[in-house]
Amino acid sequence: MAEPRVMDIKDQPGFRSIAIICLLVLYVPVLILMIFSLNSGSLVTHWEGVTLSWYGTALLNEEFHNAARNTLIISITATIVSTICATLAAIGMTRVKPWRGLAAAFMVINLPLMVPEIITAVATLSFFALIAGTFGLNFGIGNLILAHTVFCIPFAYMPIRARLEDMDLTLEYAAADLYATPWNAFRRITLPLLVPGIMSGAALAFIVSFDDFTITQLVAGPGQTTLPLYIWNQIRRPMTPEINAISTILLMVSILFVSVSFLIARRRAK
Amino acid sequence: MPEQPGKNAIEVRGVRKVFGTGENQVAALDTVSVSIRENEFFTLLGPSGCGKTTLLRLIAGFDFPTAGEILLHGQDIAPLPPFKRPVNTVFQSYALFPHMTVAQNIGFGLEMLGKPKAEIEARVAQMLKLVKMEALKARRTSQISGGQQQRVALARALAPQPKVLLLDEPLSALDYKLRKEMQIELKRLQHETGITFIFVTHDQEEALTMSDRIAVMSAGKILQVGTPRDIYDRPAERFVADFIGETNFLQGTVVSKKTGVATVKFAGDATIAAGYPEGFDPSGEVTLVVRPEHADLVPDPAKGTIAGTLSNIVYFGTDTHYHVRLEGGQDFIVRHQNSRSSPVTYATGAKVGIQFEEDAARVLKY
Repeated sequence: MAEPRVMDIKDQPGFRSIAIICLLVLYVPVLILMIFSLNSGSLVTHWEGVTLSWYGTALLNEEFHNAARNTLIISITATIVSTICATLAAIGMTRVKPWRGLAAAFMVINLPLMVPEIITAVATLSFFALIAGTFGLNFGIGNLILAHTVFCIPFAYMPIRARLEDMDLTLEYAAADLYATPWNAFRRITLPLLVPGIMSGAALAFIVSFDDFTITQLVAGPGQTTLPLYIWNQIRRPMTPEINAISTILLMVSILFVSVSFLIARRRAK
Repeated sequence: MPEQPGKNAIEVRGVRKVFGTGENQVAALDTVSVSIRENEFFTLLGPSGCGKTTLLRLIAGFDFPTAGEILLHGQDIAPLPPFKRPVNTVFQSYALFPHMTVAQNIGFGLEMLGKPKAEIEARVAQMLKLVKMEALKARRTSQISGGQQQRVALARALAPQPKVLLLDEPLSALDYKLRKEMQIELKRLQHETGITFIFVTHDQEEALTMSDRIAVMSAGKILQVGTPRDIYDRPAERFVADFIGETNFLQGTVVSKKTGVATVKFAGDATIAAGYPEGFDPSGEVTLVVRPEHADLVPDPAKGTIAGTLSNIVYFGTDTHYHVRLEGGQDFIVRHQNSRSSPVTYATGAKVGIQFEEDAARVLKY
C-alpha cells in the first residue's frame, strides 16, 4: 500500500529561511549576552578576551546573594502554595458534578493570564497600600509571596487540569469497584497519575515567579530586591559584564528547571 | 418462569434509569426486571445502546437507578456506593492501574479491604496461577500484551472473591483467535471459582457459546430471558429471532388456533401448524420464522412444504446457502451442511421444494 500523502513541511517554500530568521532573532541576542559574560574587558559591547572572573565577581557580590535569596524564598513558597491551590481547583472543576458557576470559576482562575500585568501590579500595590493604611498591616516579604502566588495559580492550573482531563476516568471507577473509598482512590490512583501534571505546573509557576518583574517592581519594599529587580537596577548604572554573568546564571537555572520537569514528564508518561 | 427465592444472586426489580432532564430525557432502562441465579453465567445481549451496559453499571454502583431495586442475595444494594458492594467489574478497556505492577494491580482490592499482608500475598499468588501469569507478576501493565492485560483484569476482579463478577464486553478488544481462547478460559474460571458471572456483549455467538442463560435486550427493555437453546429455537419476538443467528421471515395469516399451536397460511396456499410464544395471542397477519439450517431442499417442488426457484447458491466451505425465491416473491435461505458425498446437486434457476418440520417454524407477532 502506498504511504498516505502527508505534507512535508520542509518542502514548503520559504520554510527554511523563515525558520532560520526566527531562530536567529530569538537566540542570537541571548547568545551574545552569554558570550559577553566571558569578556575580560569591562564593557558589554567591546570584546577584549576570555575570562571567568565576572562570574567570580557576581558570586561574591553580597547584593546578588540577597537578591537570589529573596527570589528563591518568594518563588519557592509561591510555587508550593499556588500548585496546591491549582491542584485543588483542577480537581474541583473536573472530578465533581458540574455545578452552577463552573464556567465563571474557570474564568476567574485564568483571569490573571488575560489582565495586562501592569494593571494587576497597580491593583496589587493599591490593595497592599489600602491594607497597610487601614489596618496598619504589612506582611513584609509576605506581600510579594502573596502577589506571586495569585498570578502563578493559572500557570500551575493549566497542565494539571489538562492531565486530569486526559486521565481515563475508568481507572477511578475501577478503584471504587475494588473497594477504594473516594479518598483512597484519590491517594492511590488519581494523585500518583497526576504527579507529572503537578510537576510541570509547579515548574511553570516557578519560572513565572522567578523572573517576574512588573508586579515585583511595584510591590517590593526596601530590602526586598529580587534578581530581576537587581539586574534592572544594575543596567541603569554603567554596565559591566557582571550583569551578563548574572543573567547567564539565571538563564541556566531556568533551563535546568524546564529540562528537569520535561524529563520527569517524559519518564512518567512511559 | 417461577423463581426460587434465596437462590438468586442478583434480583433486578422494576429498575428504570433516565438520563438527562426535561425534554432531553432518555430512558436508558425502561422498567427492567430480571433474576440472576447463583453460580450462573448470565449474559446481557443486545445491540449498542440497548441498555445492557447501563444495567451493568447500576449493578456495579457507578450509576444509581431512577426507580426500582437491585437485590444482592436479598439485600437492596441500589443506594450503596460501588466500594461498599461485594461485586467486581472487568472493564472493556481493562482499566489496569498503569503505575502499578501486575501483582500490585491484583492485590489492590484486597489491600483496600484491609486484608493482612500475608493473606494478600497468598491470594495474589493464587490468582496469578489461576490466570497463568506468574512469570509476569513484576511487570508494569504497559509492558504486557492485550491478552495478558485481559488476564490481569480478570485476576484483579476475582481476587477479592466477589459475590458477582461483572464483565463489560471484555473480549471485544482481542483478535479472533485470542477471543476464542478467552471464551474457554472464562468458562473455566467461572467453573473453578463458582462465582456468578454477568457478562455483557453484543456478540450473539459469544453469548450462545458461553452462557447458561441469556437476556436479550433492545431499547432499554429485556425482550426474552432463557437458555441459549430457548433463545435460539424459541425466540419470543421478531427482534430476538433477527438479532440471534440467521432467520427466514415469512408473512402469513392465522387460519385457526388451539393451545400453543396456530395454523398459519403462508407463501401462497401452504399451511403449517406451528408453536407460538407464551403470552402472545396470534391472529390475522403474523410472522413465521424458520432457521435456514432447519429447512431442507428437495428436488421435487411438489414434495416440499413450500416451493420456489433457486436463485443463488453460496458456498461457505462448511456449508452451502441456497437462496430460494418463493412464489410470493419472498426470499428463503436454506443452509445445508456440506458432507463428503452430496447426493444431489442443484443448479440455479431450478424449481425446488423446501421442506421443514412443523416444530422448525414458529409464529411471532407481525
